[in-house]
Amino acid sequence: MKLLVRHESVYRYDSPVRGVVQSHRLTPARYDGQQVLDWSVQVSGGQMGGGFQDGAGDWVQAWTIPGPVSEITVTVQGNVDTVDLTGVLRGYRERIAPAVYLRHTPATIPDAALTELAQGGPEGDALALAHTLAEAVADAIAYRPGVTHAHTTAAEALALGEGVCQDHTHALIACARMRGMPARYVSGYLHADADGQEHEAAHAWAEIHVGDLGWVGFDAPNRCCPDERYIRLGSGLDARDAAPIRGIARGNGTEDLDVTVAVVAQQQ
Amino acid sequence: MSDFFNEMFQSGSVRPPYARLEDWVSAMPAALRSLKQAEAEALFRRIGITFAVYGEGGDPDRLIPFDMFPRVFSAMEWHRLERGVKQRARALNAFLADVYGRAEIIKAGRIPGHLVWGNEAFEKAVVGFLPPKSVFSHVVGIDLVRTGPDTFFVLEDNCRTPSGVSYMLENREIMMRMFPELFQQNRIEPVEQYPELLRRTLASVAPHKCEGDPCVVILTPGHYNSAYYEHSFLADLMGVELVEGQDLFVDGEFVWMRTTEGPRRVDVIYRRVDDAFLDPLCFRPDSMLGVPGLMDVYRSGGVSICSAPGAGVADDKAVYTHVPEMVRFYLGEEPILQNVPTWQCAKPDERRHVLENLSEMVVKEVHGSGGYGMLVGPKATREQIDAFRSRITAAPHNYIAQPTLALSTVPTFVEEGIAPRHVDLRPYCLVGERIELVPGGLTRVALTEGSLVVNSSQGGGVKDTWVLAG
Repeated sequence: MKLLVRHESVYRYDSPVRGVVQSHRLTPARYDGQQVLDWSVQVSGGQMGGGFQDGAGDWVQAWTIPGPVSEITVTVQGNVDTVDLTGVLRGYRERIAPAVYLRHTPATIPDAALTELAQGGPEGDALALAHTLAEAVADAIAYRPGVTHAHTTAAEALALGEGVCQDHTHALIACARMRGMPARYVSGYLHADADGQEHEAAHAWAEIHVGDLGWVGFDAPNRCCPDERYIRLGSGLDARDAAPIRGIARGNGTEDLDVTVAVVAQQQ
Repeated sequence: MSDFFNEMFQSGSVRPPYARLEDWVSAMPAALRSLKQAEAEALFRRIGITFAVYGEGGDPDRLIPFDMFPRVFSAMEWHRLERGVKQRARALNAFLADVYGRAEIIKAGRIPGHLVWGNEAFEKAVVGFLPPKSVFSHVVGIDLVRTGPDTFFVLEDNCRTPSGVSYMLENREIMMRMFPELFQQNRIEPVEQYPELLRRTLASVAPHKCEGDPCVVILTPGHYNSAYYEHSFLADLMGVELVEGQDLFVDGEFVWMRTTEGPRRVDVIYRRVDDAFLDPLCFRPDSMLGVPGLMDVYRSGGVSICSAPGAGVADDKAVYTHVPEMVRFYLGEEPILQNVPTWQCAKPDERRHVLENLSEMVVKEVHGSGGYGMLVGPKATREQIDAFRSRITAAPHNYIAQPTLALSTVPTFVEEGIAPRHVDLRPYCLVGERIELVPGGLTRVALTEGSLVVNSSQGGGVKDTWVLAG
């Protein structure tokens, strides 16, 4: 499937800031399931800093935006050709050992309820266990935007019983790690189908390391594994670690962020 | 006391390295000695060298007691120590380059993967990045104890930012001022070249994007840090700028320092700030001590950070057990310096052994430092031992145990005159393009009679450490 992405983030400061530093993970890496046809990232008034491929296989690009500045627009545009690999991250080059993704972060530290949620499922069949955990998370946390925020932890979302893809993903990786399976947070894009369902175009899902298969994606709220509608951007231990844009402003301005993402399928 | 190796007196006679000190001591009347001791203390106060200790309360500007009686090594003794320390520093750096690269030592089954990948000090952010000259730990502080004429053990390795080297330099300075005649009577190797060697070591690992003479700075958390004195002292002697996070900023591909003449590009940062606080974009977002964007510049080759982020995984107490294996694996050599036999409380068999012999053991927290959270079995009360028994049982992976070592003693000035006190030694090995070890180090002394804990936070003092010329 040929997908066209346009992703715009507008940062506004109520009083001008003295400068901004950003670190981007905004360029999809190539694997058997996706091939980048063309891709560009532009930062209004920005100066490109160092760029490098990190150990997780993601392209990291630094930017600095000199001040005084009160509005910054980050525009991502590109075309990606995707193939359905039923979630398997085949042909992907990275250097970090899966076992590194067994550690918890503040967002995934389990409490009693998460520990309970991670129980059950078949022993000895990692793939089936991962599917079971993804189902359990989808059953326990209903999709509902607006009730959680950027810093909500897996335990908090489970207690609420509601959340968005970030919360499902945190809960699922928390459960997988408890069962001894390396798990990580993936940020990316999802093509919104004309199926009447509500989807988040700026999306997130979990990858769980399943023995010989390697990394396999699980989208708990959509009860599926990533297919040709998904574009994978970058990964990390949790949402903060995998964030496509991290930034820090120097100055006292309060930041307001406006994000629009459109992912459309091109006619063949 | 006869169970302990006395570095000066052996079976009634004076060991050769100390030969000339015997006359010096016997010629010094008690009145002169206390005068000199007061003079030394005044000098330390004037220089301003104090060492605040975390969590101890009391006077933050407390002086570490300085003992005037030097600790002496012969050229032969030092030669062997030097080879051992350099060997260990090379192996530790090879280990770091390996675990952030292809992890051959884990693939070969010589070190369990979970000790490395599950380690808090293992930085995912630098996997696949090889720092200039493949060096991660540029100053390796190796804590040694001695139990016999030829027997030394490594207590622990310090690969991040070992402190205390300012004491090595100051102790020497003060001894030379107070007892110049000693330095005529004995041929003592100098240590004063350390700051220049450190500067050269740091300059030798400038990043590939650096053009011309590298600009080196020392990054300090600020004057509230217990080792701030040392940071400013070293910056002074090295002739480099001492900066805090707010003095640096990232612009484009580089890190810059604010100066009165405008921004100046920085090539090498000798940081005395922990990994977690280096860059709020990469590590702890609430850190005010670091430089936003620093890690991206580092990983794209625009600046060098010393020690390299992630170096701490090599000096973890659980990884320590495997350092002799690193020496064999990477260097194909037999370790010159031995480890202290160490029991991992996480392993059921070893834990049982530890719990059955607590009263003879030293128990340490895996991530602890500075002598906090430590049990010295033979000196502990019944209650302390019982408390440790429950702590170990509750969280066994947090603890390791070692036999109580018969630490060597060196004569020390005490109220009653001169008496043997237990000592350890921390030499500072510099690793850059070359590997260098200044002949000397920091000798810490347990001033309380019979005490085996030399940490300054637990009543330890310091001594000048001499290496005699061959």
